[in-house]
Parts: sequence; structure tokens; C-alpha cells
Amino acid sequence: MSTNYEDRQRGGGGGYDNDDDQDRRPMGGRGGGRRMHRRRVCRFCIDKVDLIDFKDVRLLLNYLPERGKILPRRISGNCATHQRMLAEAIKRARNIALLPYTTD
Amino acid sequence: MNNKRQYEVVFIVDPTADDEVSKLSEGFAQIITDQGGTVTKNEVMGKRQLAYEILHHKDGTFVLLEIEGSGREIAELERRMRVNDRILRYITVRVDEDRRRAEKLKERRARKVAKRPERHGGPSRRSPAMEFAEASGE
Repeated sequence: MSTNYEDRQRGGGGGYDNDDDQDRRPMGGRGGGRRMHRRRVCRFCIDKVDLIDFKDVRLLLNYLPERGKILPRRISGNCATHQRMLAEAIKRARNIALLPYTTD
Repeated sequence: MNNKRQYEVVFIVDPTADDEVSKLSEGFAQIITDQGGTVTKNEVMGKRQLAYEILHHKDGTFVLLEIEGSGREIAELERRMRVNDRILRYITVRVDEDRRRAEKLKERRARKVAKRPERHGGPSRRSPAMEFAEASGE
């Protein structure tokens, strides 16, 4: 199901504009009747963040629920570009023991 | 020959070696400058608890070094860090390209905002649908 979203994102042209999230909004429920998806816009796009620092533990912790897994994009509402940046930053932070790999 | 690349190096020092931290970071800065690079930032991020145990240590002192130079200085630095027993872990990140891209995007955005004087000074790139979402308490 997530692959559908990826295709639509690429079809919208570019990964950085807010307009891609716009395209997603009118076509709700395309993924087979599941209404669970939040239609939020990307918080990073609103704040116009260009760089996600792996040292910024407070920001990254928001995207790591209790088991320590990275929140998927359909839950966090990020756009593709920022989700990639975020995931990379989280993985780096895990490497340097600023964030856990897993919490048990 | 090549533009200076910027790197960020973060390393963790053994918590039992508190007095050596400044000596270590100074030593590394010296290595870099000897090889021809420049150290832009040398910051001790303080002692933090680690997210998981490394070599049976539960906390450590984090040090951040920002370096300008080529890959050769970083290779030498990493070699020294690997040999040093006091360094638990290190990570080197190349940041010059990301920073350049971020700067470019910021400039592009600033130019776009400046080009739209008729929007009565409001924030740029907000289409009506998104403003509706914002207003409805999203």
C-alpha cells in the first residue's frame, strides 16, 4: 500500500514542494477502503526545515515510539524527502548511541 | 585543487577518563591542523547517558569536532581514534554538500517570497486548501 503513495508522489513532480501533499488530499481512501490514514501535511515542510541534524535528540525522539522503531510515513505525515532525511538522521543517532535501537 | 569539505566528527570518550577529554580533543585538533586541515569547532557536548551499553559503559562524554579538509585528514584521524582505547565510538559525517543544498533552498525560498509583493506580506506557498486545513485545527 505504501508503494501507491510513492508512485503518486513521483507523479506529482519533485519531492520538496508542499503541492505533493495537496495532490494526495482529494484522492482519499485510494488504498483499498482503509480510512485510517491521517491527512496531515509534513511538519518539516511547514517549518521549512532543510537540514535534520542527527544530534538533535529531542526532535528525533518525537518520531520514535516506545519500542524504538521509526514511525512510518503514513503515521507521521512527513513527505518523502523529509522522511528520508529523518530516517537517515535517526540511524546515525542510533549509531552513536544517542538513540536506542530497541527498547525492551 | 579541491574545495574544502566539511565534516562533523562526534566521538564518545570513556566516562572514567574525564580529565583526559580536553587533552584528547586538543590532540586530535592538532593532528588535523598538522595535516593541513582546519578545525572550525571543538565542542564538548557533555556527559550523557548512552542509549545502550557500549563496552560495558552506560554513559560517556560526547565531543564534537567540525573539520574542514580533505578525506586524508579524516582517514588519519579515524585511524588514531580506532587505536585509542579511550574512544568508545566515533562517527564522521560529511556536511558540506547538505549545507550547501540547504543554503540554496533557503535562498530560493527567500527570492520567491520577495517576488510576490501582492500577497500582502503573508507566508508564501500556502494554497487555500492548506490554509483551510490549518484553520480547522490540524
